[in-house]
Amino acid sequence: MTQTTKLLAASAAALFASVGAAHAATDLQWWHAMEGANNEVVETLAKEFNESQKDYRVVPVYKGKYPDVLQAGIAAFRARQAPHIIQVFDVGTGVMMGAGKAVKPVAEVMKEGGVPFDPKAYLPGITGYYSTSKGELLSFPFNSSSPILYYNKKAFRQAGLDENKPPKTWPELFETALKLKSAGWPCGYTSTWLTWIHLENFSAWNNQPYATDANGLNSLEPKLQINRPINVKHFQTLANLQRDGVFQYGGRTSEAKTKFTSGECAILTESSGGLGDVIKSGIEYGTGSLPYYPDAQGAPQNTTPGGASLWVFGGKTADEYRGIARFFGFLSQTPIQVRLHQASGYLPVTLAAYEETKKSGFYEKNPGRETPILQMMGKEPTDNSRGVRLVNMPQVREIQNEEFEALLAGKQDAKTALDKAVERSNAAISQAARTIKASQ
Amino acid sequence: MRRNQTQESMRQRVHFPNKLLPYLLLAPQIAITLVFFFWPAYQALEQSLYREDAFGLSSEFVGLENFVLVLEDPNYVNSLEVTAIFSLGVAVLAMAAALLLAVMADRVVRGRGFYRTMLIWPYAVAPAIAGMLWLFLFNPSMGTLAYLLRRAGVPWDPVLAGDQAMALVIFAAAWKQISYNFIFFVAGLQAIPRSLIEAAAIDGAGPARRFWTIVFPLLSPISFYLLVVNTVYAFFDTFGIIHAVTGGGPAKATETLVYKVFNDGYVNLDLGGSSAQSVILMAIVICLTVVQFRYVESKVHYG
Repeated sequence: MTQTTKLLAASAAALFASVGAAHAATDLQWWHAMEGANNEVVETLAKEFNESQKDYRVVPVYKGKYPDVLQAGIAAFRARQAPHIIQVFDVGTGVMMGAGKAVKPVAEVMKEGGVPFDPKAYLPGITGYYSTSKGELLSFPFNSSSPILYYNKKAFRQAGLDENKPPKTWPELFETALKLKSAGWPCGYTSTWLTWIHLENFSAWNNQPYATDANGLNSLEPKLQINRPINVKHFQTLANLQRDGVFQYGGRTSEAKTKFTSGECAILTESSGGLGDVIKSGIEYGTGSLPYYPDAQGAPQNTTPGGASLWVFGGKTADEYRGIARFFGFLSQTPIQVRLHQASGYLPVTLAAYEETKKSGFYEKNPGRETPILQMMGKEPTDNSRGVRLVNMPQVREIQNEEFEALLAGKQDAKTALDKAVERSNAAISQAARTIKASQ
Repeated sequence: MRRNQTQESMRQRVHFPNKLLPYLLLAPQIAITLVFFFWPAYQALEQSLYREDAFGLSSEFVGLENFVLVLEDPNYVNSLEVTAIFSLGVAVLAMAAALLLAVMADRVVRGRGFYRTMLIWPYAVAPAIAGMLWLFLFNPSMGTLAYLLRRAGVPWDPVLAGDQAMALVIFAAAWKQISYNFIFFVAGLQAIPRSLIEAAAIDGAGPARRFWTIVFPLLSPISFYLLVVNTVYAFFDTFGIIHAVTGGGPAKATETLVYKVFNDGYVNLDLGGSSAQSVILMAIVICLTVVQFRYVESKVHYG
């Protein structure tokens, strides 16, 4: 072989390789549940990442609502067709944590990918929730929300109440709701997500235990403690108000929001992520913090994160993991986080993004947008307020909802409902923990 | 009538010159049955003996434990009751309404085709969409009819009142099945010889008498067929409606057996228990069909 041909061959090989590399950008599948405006945010993020480099291409796929995405991910994993990244809602966190080898911890992905990643840059309440008890970050915090209070200013005026003073505590809220009802408003108070707001966040915010073993963070088989006197008192009051038409139950998830946006109910407790719909309804609204019980020791403590995080499935190639690490690095940039927070209505997940938004005067222009952050960050979390983690949280919520419905329909009292919820949930947790233990 | 025809065709046996051809002609049907029925049924049977985590990383053979757990579960008994009420409600309502409509449509002289088309239309609506339709009408926060009901003083709240939720899903499911039943009843009515009815009329039998003594007995083969079909429909095909309207709630008031299979497997991720339930469900439907053919069919008049 002559020198020239060698050179030719080498350059041809080089050319081939470079062409190959340009075409073989590794695809990274990202399954998510973001709809409407939030879906556009996801699409834009992927597009920007893809244009920022040549080696990887993130492909976002909308797979339905939160539970559907989780189920689709599980089914795909069983069929060995798992995506690289999957967005899992807070309730599914325990399910994913019990997934063992099926999941690759984000901390590991970042380390192997050589992308600097400092969990301390994130809001502590959020990273704590998505980490193991040893502090290893398992999933990437993407969108977080927290329950807050919304109220109808017109209704307050009509009932002769101060329209700039939302009720701060539960006793105040119940009293206000009664006043609104007797002033002729069709319904005083409603709430979305009873399990999330009136059990999980209720316990954290009032610094009460939800379950043993730090609400399940330290054990696979915690026992629920949601039938304590404070819970019974709270739910009995709700049931009595439902009977009198002051409180109105709307459904298990976010159905009750329409009761507020239609003007039927004057007060609503809902996710901060629901703000967009409230604004769109054109109702004259105000916001406030989630109420608490003043006689509960340490209340108000802090609320726990709702929303979702991004999980990485196991069994992918090293190259693919490098790409995922780079994508998460991209998502962590402050300007991206700032935009995510302001455009989507979810909380900023990094401290820098929060500071930046604060500096820009966004919160002065948009009152109420800081409330959920302050609720979550106000205090150092305790064992009662780091979050709830159960291997079968979706199932436990289902059980609780069933007992609540029987309670609110007047078929049982609060003590019975909560005792039954505890008993049934504990049995279900034991069953689920057994299969998880067998798989580890 | 039908039996005579089948007996005749049995007598004139068709002979295929090629021994392979009949099997070849049957092959697509058999392949579909194997792939879409026997294979999944076998998988359900196998899975019902194992306890497995959601991700399929480990499975443990537990024998009949899943079945024991299912049968000991008070919610399963509740689900059986719910299914019985629901299926009976749907079958009776859908068949009675369809029969009434078919008899009326049979009497119409002008615009017969128009009425029939309109009555058959709902059958083309997908179950989930039919469910949403009823939900929009009767949802306590936004339903038009719910609003009217409340104004009329009815405490309408299917989100919490189990019996109202049940009534709602029965109506929605029956409404969708009426069209199907209607087609068969219309066909059945057309097959009844006019001369029989005219003869009865000449003998002085009124419309009600003619219906109960001539039309109704002659419709019994079709009614029987529809009873089987409607029961199977209520058992299996109403999932979409229940999922859209009530999600099995409130407090499990509308959780039928099929819905429970879905809920335990899909939401609660208990695959073994869910499979055990589907095996039991399969057995129940086989038994029901056998009973229907044994006892009800003996009373059917085939003319």
